[in-house]
Amino acid sequence: MTPADAAVRLRVPASLRIYTGGSSAVDVDLTDLGDEPTVRGLLDHLAVIHPDLERRIRDEQRRLRRHVNLFLGNDNVRDLSEQDTPLTEGVEVAVLPAVSGG
Amino acid sequence: MTTLLMIGTRKGLFLARSDDRLSWSLDGPHFGMNAVYAAAIDPRPAASGGSTRLLAGADSEHWGPSVFRSDDFGASWQETEGGAIRFPVDTGEALVRTWQLRPAGADQPGLVWAGVEPGALFRSEDGGETFSLVEGLWNHRHRERWMPGGGGLCLHTVMPHATDPDRMLVGVSAAGVYRTDDGGKSWEASNTGIDAWRAPDQHPEFGQCVHKFDGQRDRPDQLFLQNHGGVYRSDDFGATWSAIGESLPADFGFPVAAHPHRPGTAYVYPLVKDEHRMPPEDRCRIYRTTDAGESWEPLAEGLPQQRAYVSVLRDALCTDDADPAGVYFGTRSGEVFASADEGASWASIVRHLPDVLVVRAAELP
Repeated sequence: MTPADAAVRLRVPASLRIYTGGSSAVDVDLTDLGDEPTVRGLLDHLAVIHPDLERRIRDEQRRLRRHVNLFLGNDNVRDLSEQDTPLTEGVEVAVLPAVSGG
Repeated sequence: MTTLLMIGTRKGLFLARSDDRLSWSLDGPHFGMNAVYAAAIDPRPAASGGSTRLLAGADSEHWGPSVFRSDDFGASWQETEGGAIRFPVDTGEALVRTWQLRPAGADQPGLVWAGVEPGALFRSEDGGETFSLVEGLWNHRHRERWMPGGGGLCLHTVMPHATDPDRMLVGVSAAGVYRTDDGGKSWEASNTGIDAWRAPDQHPEFGQCVHKFDGQRDRPDQLFLQNHGGVYRSDDFGATWSAIGESLPADFGFPVAAHPHRPGTAYVYPLVKDEHRMPPEDRCRIYRTTDAGESWEPLAEGLPQQRAYVSVLRDALCTDDADPAGVYFGTRSGEVFASADEGASWASIVRHLPDVLVVRAAELP
């Protein structure tokens, strides 16, 4: 299942679904992200609709947490334009915890 | 009377309970895979008809740090939407870890202090639900020159004066002790007499690697301090410090705990030295003074005495508030020892936990 044409989808890992009522995805209408939708706009919107989810992804300075990765398709947004990476209708952004720890 | 022991580990919080301080039940982990460096038992709400509140700082390696609270002894936990501790945007900083949660005195209900990394103090007036940055310390002229210790630039100790709410000390690694006499508006370094280990100047105004200090309410100006090298006592609430570790087998270590109601009595866990962080003779021994550091006695009954390569972190030693006092410590190898007789004898009450980062104990009402 893909997001509606006019939406982008945030894929949420299992460990964060307590903040989405169990849902594995959050769909956001592109019109909620302004004239030039970006990853930053998506996360800013998330801070309004799911603040406890957003602060697991970004710190209070709105920087991506060090061990959190966001993938747009097969690309880590850190390898694109980070939070300035543009979004287009129908895309999926996946939140993935980095492989780290002991 | 039930005693509750909070055990924060690198992979979650465990709660131990006992009615006799000899046999214990254990539940957890709460916040599995989160490092719990800070824990506190706040009995003040119970004194006014509410419930004892538990506070825990839990840090996810991936998802960041948070402060949780429980008013039902851990059956459920709540956190503040948006986060309880957040640096103001204009600081440019973000919370790395909560190192210390410290309820203030009984005459200041609701007031809770938090020491965090990067070195800062936060204040809550609603029992730990929301916090604000203590600007007076954050704006101190020394702060930009503070150097992090091995654990990070952590504000690890908060010590409100027992009888004067305007006076308080904090400890920062590796900046040393700072003191306020006006409720946190202004601060001064308070390290007179404490050596700066491996520094060209042995007695700088700040820069000492203070590991921990503690005091007690019946002699509120008397404090005991474990430095990176050296054990110290202050009789003037931190204005000056005197070395008291000469008769210990080693004066390196991390934790120190004052007896809850017996002035002059304190506990430390010596390690050989900075370059050899094992207990002397590979024997696990707490050392106790009952004469304010004039002499120290080893406490070993019930503790491993052969090939014991056991170390104890700065917040992993504590007492409860009972009489006789219970004394507790947790090891980096995941074992917790308890004494119901002020340290005369010990028993292992839980093994095979992740590394123990913090222990806190209290009798429940």
